[in-house]
Amino acid sequence: MRFIEPHGHMVSRTTDDYLAMAMAGCQAVCEPAFWAGFDRSSVDGFYDYFRQLTDYEPKRAAKFGLTHYCWLCLNPKEAEDVKLAEEVIGIIPKFLDRPSVLGIGEIGLNKNSRNELAVFEKHVDLAARHGQLILIHTPHLEDKLKGTRLIIDALKADGRVAPGRVIIDHVEEHTIQLVLEAGFWAGMTLYPESKCTAARAADMVEMYGSDRLWMNSACDWGVSVPLAVPRAALEMRLRGHSAKAVDALIYGNPARFLSQSKNFAEKL
Amino acid sequence: MKREQVVDLYFMEARAKLIDLAAFLDRVDRVPGTDDFRMAAFRHALQELPGGKPDRAKRVLLSLSDPTTEPLPAATTKAAAGAWPGAALPPIAN
Repeated sequence: MRFIEPHGHMVSRTTDDYLAMAMAGCQAVCEPAFWAGFDRSSVDGFYDYFRQLTDYEPKRAAKFGLTHYCWLCLNPKEAEDVKLAEEVIGIIPKFLDRPSVLGIGEIGLNKNSRNELAVFEKHVDLAARHGQLILIHTPHLEDKLKGTRLIIDALKADGRVAPGRVIIDHVEEHTIQLVLEAGFWAGMTLYPESKCTAARAADMVEMYGSDRLWMNSACDWGVSVPLAVPRAALEMRLRGHSAKAVDALIYGNPARFLSQSKNFAEKL
Repeated sequence: MKREQVVDLYFMEARAKLIDLAAFLDRVDRVPGTDDFRMAAFRHALQELPGGKPDRAKRVLLSLSDPTTEPLPAATTKAAAGAWPGAALPPIAN
């Protein structure tokens, strides 16, 4: 089995996790910029974080034979401070020519506030001006439906955004159809408690098809499982999905979407 | 897959979750107090399960969701509660 982990916050994980992922068949890991669990106090904190994502973490992953890519942004959990967000968006172009940067993400909404939406639109503008792919975080739990609708409306209102270059992550049964019907890619995040389980992910593959879909663990410093993608692949095999179909979903699809970035080097 | 295969694969797991759910409701009801918005929403969501209508998971998720469309004036917390506090749901008998 081979797979790409298209959404893992590896700076929060141990080297044991890298080893386990590599042994399970992971070929590459892609790390969106994330909230640290506390609000950073200045733009300098983000500057150092972006250095960690683009410089140090690829070297750490390489020790286990894994290629490490990243996405850059200020996470929506920190978007209430618009002034800080503007400063952070201002330094991102300095990092966009680094060889492992895939695009802008994970941007989006958390509590669906006006400031979050304004900062989201500033990130979309940044991506459009620099021709970058976009990875989108949709809110948690009761906020997901509303946030997904607001995000789709904002993307549709920006005529520069090509839906095929945007993946909207953390879909569940009540949002996946909205995302796919609008032409975007959809990501299913496999979590033990929130978001979706392996069985529910397989349900959604069977109900909605797998053409513009990927699965990820979104492993971070919270309750999450770095091997969630191969676990879901096993679930699909137990349900009779062919090895070829599973490979297309967990390796082929992320490779197909991410190959739209000139920096992504995995072979299809 | 045939229905028997689906049941073979998932029945024991679903049975365990069903008993956990029942035990959770018992645990809540054993102690004094009244339901907050989360438990009110939870009991309403359970009403989506009986009957043969499809898309139960989707309907449960929708019943727990914020149905409004306007952005909030400001985010006053980073956390989500699992149910929408703005819903004024009539009580359901325990």
